[in-house]
Amino acid sequence: MLGLAGLAAFLAVLPLAWIIVYVTQAGLPALTLDFFTNLPTPVGVPGGGIINAIVGSAITVGLGLLLAGPVGTLVAIYATANAERPIGTVIRFATDTLSGVPSIVMGIFAYTIVVLPQRHFSALAGGVVLAFIMLPIVIRSTEEMLKLVPSSLREASLALGAAEWRTWRNVLVPAAWNGILTGLMLAVARAAGEAAPMLFTAFGNPFMSVSLDQPIATLPHTIYIYAISPYEDWRAKAWATALVLIILVLALNVAARYVTGRRARKLGTVTR
Amino acid sequence: MRMARFWRHGDRPFGWITLLAALLLLGLVGGIAVALWQNSALSRDAFGLEFLVTSRWDPAIDRVFGALPFIQGTLVTSALALVLAIPVGVGAAIFLAELAPGWLSRPLGLLIELLAAVPSVVYGLWGLFVLIPAVAKPLGVALNGSLGFLPIFEGPVFGPSRLAAGLLLSVMVLPTIAAISRDVLFAIPNSQREGALALGATHWEVVHQVLIPYGASGLLGAIILGLGRALGETIAVTMVIGNNLDLSASLLHPGYTMASIIANEFTEATFDLYLEALIEIGLILFAMTLLINLFAQLLIWRVRRRTVGQVRV
Repeated sequence: MLGLAGLAAFLAVLPLAWIIVYVTQAGLPALTLDFFTNLPTPVGVPGGGIINAIVGSAITVGLGLLLAGPVGTLVAIYATANAERPIGTVIRFATDTLSGVPSIVMGIFAYTIVVLPQRHFSALAGGVVLAFIMLPIVIRSTEEMLKLVPSSLREASLALGAAEWRTWRNVLVPAAWNGILTGLMLAVARAAGEAAPMLFTAFGNPFMSVSLDQPIATLPHTIYIYAISPYEDWRAKAWATALVLIILVLALNVAARYVTGRRARKLGTVTR
Repeated sequence: MRMARFWRHGDRPFGWITLLAALLLLGLVGGIAVALWQNSALSRDAFGLEFLVTSRWDPAIDRVFGALPFIQGTLVTSALALVLAIPVGVGAAIFLAELAPGWLSRPLGLLIELLAAVPSVVYGLWGLFVLIPAVAKPLGVALNGSLGFLPIFEGPVFGPSRLAAGLLLSVMVLPTIAAISRDVLFAIPNSQREGALALGATHWEVVHQVLIPYGASGLLGAIILGLGRALGETIAVTMVIGNNLDLSASLLHPGYTMASIIANEFTEATFDLYLEALIEIGLILFAMTLLINLFAQLLIWRVRRRTVGQVRV
């Protein structure tokens, strides 16, 4: 029976290996320098790249980060400061609830509050929906790390006469900075891979656009469009784009784990 | 001086700013519910509760909408995913937490967590071009050949099907189930293991007579969180399920889920009632995932709360 558990563990990691090997095999041939620097070409025209989707993903994810990063950090500070009160529990509960909302439902919500009033799809709507998706990730990892900061640091700062907000800004948040950074990296990794809510917020755009007011292409949405197309040429590009995306997302995840591991150990020694 | 006391050296405005951020979060959760409710009013008024139990989806001629095929598709594919992912996920968690040495357990755990990070659209791409031809289609043919008399394995066999969606979803929810189950097992105090071993239990008996019952509600929570992920999964399912309003019970036929109908038709909804019917499907999906997450959180919270060393009666 114990052997079965080992088999289960093997079965659990098998898909990851299979996906990585296959995506690399299928995507690598199409990965040329031109692929990163050119705009998409119509079907049958050779060449063509994904520069518009790279730029679009950078803009929408960047906007999401700009909105969710500061708000998420502040919410985490509020939750940590009020951890013992009922409101702290309510915040944690709302955060968990938000992280369970399907991204497509987030997309509908962003559609009703951004696209409907504006009457058109836009990079702004894409950035807003990504911010909603990133927010619970940022809050949770920041809060986890703030909790690890020994209370002696906070007390020392207050005893020296620093105001509460200065203590947060100059002592506690810097002490937990790696945790916050981890949260931001995981949030970026998650947001960069979201295709479903982009269907009716950012919408996609075959041309180069850097305007927040216009529809914009993103990497995951481009993969989707290319993958379900009937053209061999486009499908090859779907694999190549998937390779770019998966390298980006996995690298961010591995880096995030490395950063937390180091910091958690450091904080651990301080407490002792 | 009075001003300084009022501002408390800036602490008061700082408190307001963090409070504002916290309210923004609460407003966001409430706002999603309100926006979905309000923007589905036309559909709710037109069809009432029948929306949940009727299966006509006809935007072209009669403009009648019923969500049953999508609700059924979501439930069937998610159930299939759980049936496949639970034994593998919990088995892997037992291996990671109880059996594997540290040098093996840590990298394996990392790999399983990375599996959760693979974007949905990459799963969809792999599912469409690798999993369907290599696993789902042959498996479907075999099931149809041996058990074809059962309605759920009725032919003809399609590549993109409910079976393909369920298989892909099982891979996608597996890391959720495995990682949380592992954490639950890690949280069980060692005194439980030592007590059982001291009484002469074998390693396997410790796992299935002590650890699994002790962590049962936490393991159930992990499974339910996996279910929550399966219910809301969109783009990968849309790519492999075939998107067909097929009302048969067969797993080997193409189907539709709540999330995939929204993904496919939202931008094509040409009149208000059509759009609001799709938003109402989103509302149902939101309500389902909300309830499931609440339940899962409650279960996991109960396990974590149990104090170390507390004996289970």
